[in-house]
Amino acid sequence: MNSSQVKVMEAVKRRYWGLMMVGLLLALTLLGLFFTPYDPNAVNIAARFQPPDREHLLGTDHFGRDVLSRILWGARISLAVGIAAVCLGAAAGVFLGSAAGFFGGWWDELLMRLSTALQALPSILLALLFAAVWSPGVPVVLWGIALGNIPSFLRVTRNQVLSIKERPYVEAARALGAGDLRIVLRHIFPNLRDALLVQFSVSLAGAILAEASLSYLGVGIQPPDPSWGRMLREAQPYGSLAPWLVLVPGLFIAFAVVGFNLLGDTWILGRERVYKGE
Amino acid sequence: MKRYLWRRAGGFLLTAVLVSAATFFVLQVLPGDPALLMLGTEGSPEAYARLRQELSLDQPLLQRYLKWFSAFLAGQWGNSWRYSLPVRELVGQAFPLSFVLALLAVGSAALAALPAGMYMAVRSDRLGSRLLSLFTQVGLGLPQFWVGILLIQFFAVQLRLLPAGGYDGWRSLILPVATLALPRTAVLGRFLRAGVLEVLGQDYVRFARSKGLSGTTVLFKHVLRNAALGPLTAAGVQFAQLVAGTIVVEQVFGLPGLGQLLLNGVFQRDLPLVQTAVMLVVLVILAFDLAFDLCLGMLDPRIRYE
Repeated sequence: MNSSQVKVMEAVKRRYWGLMMVGLLLALTLLGLFFTPYDPNAVNIAARFQPPDREHLLGTDHFGRDVLSRILWGARISLAVGIAAVCLGAAAGVFLGSAAGFFGGWWDELLMRLSTALQALPSILLALLFAAVWSPGVPVVLWGIALGNIPSFLRVTRNQVLSIKERPYVEAARALGAGDLRIVLRHIFPNLRDALLVQFSVSLAGAILAEASLSYLGVGIQPPDPSWGRMLREAQPYGSLAPWLVLVPGLFIAFAVVGFNLLGDTWILGRERVYKGE
Repeated sequence: MKRYLWRRAGGFLLTAVLVSAATFFVLQVLPGDPALLMLGTEGSPEAYARLRQELSLDQPLLQRYLKWFSAFLAGQWGNSWRYSLPVRELVGQAFPLSFVLALLAVGSAALAALPAGMYMAVRSDRLGSRLLSLFTQVGLGLPQFWVGILLIQFFAVQLRLLPAGGYDGWRSLILPVATLALPRTAVLGRFLRAGVLEVLGQDYVRFARSKGLSGTTVLFKHVLRNAALGPLTAAGVQFAQLVAGTIVVEQVFGLPGLGQLLLNGVFQRDLPLVQTAVMLVVLVILAFDLAFDLCLGMLDPRIRYE
């Protein structure tokens, strides 16, 4: 086997892992929408700090709330905020990036300059800025992560568009009399897909981490509703007394992030194949 | 090199001005009326009018921005609304700790990523290398604050080796630095691995080997220099992430740094404090970005003449 075949084999393995992990995660989130073993916010002081057993599979927290139910219910926030924010950021980034790449000139210069400036403000810092002006909560986190994701999508799209627009089929379309809009929509966008899917998976992994960090800081979702980061914030003082409170949410966050990162590698495989003409 | 340096420095200034305008806009324009925010609902109309004049809210936007920006450059950062102390004093106490923390974390990440990345590339078939590769993949996914909490549990609560939180001499920095450096080591190590693998296949490496140079000479003089370009290009973004991580990690370990000051400012809506803290954080990020760019320019002449 030569090295490129080894690479493909490795990527195929990762593809299954990534797909399985993300699939499992989405299934659990969907389940959490319709069914949780207990009411995730129901306080039961008599049953506080129960270690994992048959009744409470992942134990209970300092208010006697069922951890499994809170994990399932919180998955909604942890994943949905990430997905929604990355979608918003991606939409803006792709739009601006294709404009920068397609038109070039001072338009490109301006957008790239703005994007560099935005890059110096990580999502967490942006969300903190917004939280100082409005008040802590989910919208602040959503906008922070969305804005923070614009530069990477802008750059990927611009660089791809720059290379795609020189290809013969674009020239051919232009020779046949196609307008700018038609060329962008019909000939350039479809070829952006793989590069954007890679970026999307990686951004999603980052967004889940950012949401968890912000919820941990207390800037994200507000009590009593859970998200995985929020659960860790509340669990920290009880680390020695009830280790499962710290372990479980962290493992779920790590699982989600690694899953989306692996899924990102999957799309890279797809691109390598396209370039080799397989 | 000189031209490259000037161009990069110009870019740094332009970006800094853009970011300052953006933070000014978010903190001074979006809230509508900071005077109202400051007084709350109990303020009298006279106090409100006085405050508006004091904050020069009655002046046009551009004028206000220029005034604020020149005051910021002069080091006049105003008074904190909640602590009734000059922001400069508050920040002056908190900034050095955060800066040292970030610097140590960058240093450790770079020092750890170098051997890890090269080992993963050169001995890619060994079990150790595979384990390391798995470890970096997982290291990327672990939430930082979680790692911090677990490290406290293990090293401070169980083994009682290190302080659990607060700042009490250099030993308080060991766990926070480790927490911050872990994911950056993973990313930089993976970039370096990819870089080394790519360079190893190049003709000039084969040539250097065939003229009889030893493996280590080739690796350090020919391969590393070119393989380092990838990690260095990524270093700017990674550093921004690390600085954002500092805010979180300071909270985990209860370190009285800039991150904690900023977070308190956010919760108490202390806008002058937030504005200064954010600007300082951004300036540090941009300064490091510039430094990484200059390193890149020194290593690779192609970048200088672009």
